[in-house]
Amino acid sequence: MLAEYTGVLVILVVGMVIAGGMLGIHLLIGPRRRFAEKQQPFECGETQIVSPRRRYAVKFYMVAILFVVFDVEAIFFYPWGAVFQELGWFGLGAMFVFTIPLAVGLIYEWMKGGLEW
Amino acid sequence: MLIEATVKVLFILVVMVVGIAPVITWIERKQSALMQDRIGANRADVGGITVLGLLHPAADVIKLMTKEDVVPEGANRVMHLLSPLIVAVPAISAFAVIPYGGVYRFGDTTLNLVGADIDWGLLYIFAIGSIAAYGTVIAGWSSNNNWSMLGGLRASAQLISYEVTMGLTVVGVFMVFETLRLSDMALAQDTTFRLFGFLDRFFGLDWRWIDQVRVPAWGIFYQPLGFLMFLTAIMAENKRPPFDIPEGESEIIAGYHLEYSGMRFGLFFMSEFIEIIIIAALTATIFLGGWAVPYLSTDTIIGGISRFFDVGFATCLCILIHFSTFMLKVFAMIWVQMLLRWSLPRFRYDQVMSLCWKILLPLSIANIFVTGLVLLWVKG
Repeated sequence: MLAEYTGVLVILVVGMVIAGGMLGIHLLIGPRRRFAEKQQPFECGETQIVSPRRRYAVKFYMVAILFVVFDVEAIFFYPWGAVFQELGWFGLGAMFVFTIPLAVGLIYEWMKGGLEW
Repeated sequence: MLIEATVKVLFILVVMVVGIAPVITWIERKQSALMQDRIGANRADVGGITVLGLLHPAADVIKLMTKEDVVPEGANRVMHLLSPLIVAVPAISAFAVIPYGGVYRFGDTTLNLVGADIDWGLLYIFAIGSIAAYGTVIAGWSSNNNWSMLGGLRASAQLISYEVTMGLTVVGVFMVFETLRLSDMALAQDTTFRLFGFLDRFFGLDWRWIDQVRVPAWGIFYQPLGFLMFLTAIMAENKRPPFDIPEGESEIIAGYHLEYSGMRFGLFFMSEFIEIIIIAALTATIFLGGWAVPYLSTDTIIGGISRFFDVGFATCLCILIHFSTFMLKVFAMIWVQMLLRWSLPRFRYDQVMSLCWKILLPLSIANIFVTGLVLLWVKG
């Protein structure tokens, strides 16, 4: 039963070998000439004034919350789509009922300006 | 089993990653040169032989390999090293489920030309593709650089938004073909259907020739809107121009991979081009019939050839024809992406986000329900 996943396992291993090998060769043959100025983070020639690891706009978090809701919805659509023609009108109606609360949620978010950047 | 899977997987990797991916970097340079009326890459030579600039990809690899590996001060060294791998490994792994040929019979053995024929193939590509988003965000965060952080943040919101839309735009195709398995999807497209057949219940009369128009049963004819939306969403997911705001070199220098040098940068670069091939292969498989030759089904091809040669040879020839057809479609889709990349200017961030949430998301949900209504109406 798991036999069909052999290819996935093989390609994951091969992918790691390819990517890791390229990185490894570079780390081996690349030159190393370090000095303090070169190691500084690039800031258009200036010394870094503020640390990048601080708080950022709340919009990014709001998109992440929206994503969770709609990604779960998308995942629910997948198996439904694959058996849709067997389910017939009942399946279509059920999915319509399922989508209404989400659509209301999206419209609410839209009205509140959660989708504005 | 293990040997068979390994051979199949290695074949697709050798063709796609080792063979085509370097050529695409050359195609991109040459096509941009053509569109901007210049000559393009033609300098790299071995003993005076330049082969139209085809040696440039090799020169790139040598150059990236021999560059110094600079890790900025204050960076998280472990994450900085891991993130190129998190981006590159999923990009390579996605090829496992792409079918590059159908199912062929030699006596009593069957040959199924796909690396791993898993029944949720498309979901596998989306799942493994979304892991690459972590790599991008981690690269932006771990570099300890303000521009990288901005690029990583932009990438995080853009990638997760388009992941949702990309998933919803193809649901219509599942409903038509009733499967998530990519090899079944390609097989279902190896036939033709009456383009105006859905009007039969509406008019129910003989329309002379227009009623009999037959087109290949490709996803693009069932789901034209779905095709456009899927291509938009998946190109945005790859962060290519015109959706390249996470990189945005004129505003945030190079975005999330600003502090990367040598092969660490090379892996980001490589996986971007590998993803172009995956997009092309996936679009070709879902919407353009995969390996199927339009109007010539597998049985027709094998039957036609076996009239002159024996069946084994005819099957081999058929595999070759199918594989060439698939590669032709892949190259056509690569060309479309390059054309878009050099035609459109970069969008603003608010435009990209509102395209996703305000246009593509409602449209794709509407597309699902319209597809459902039409399908059930035609079935009666």
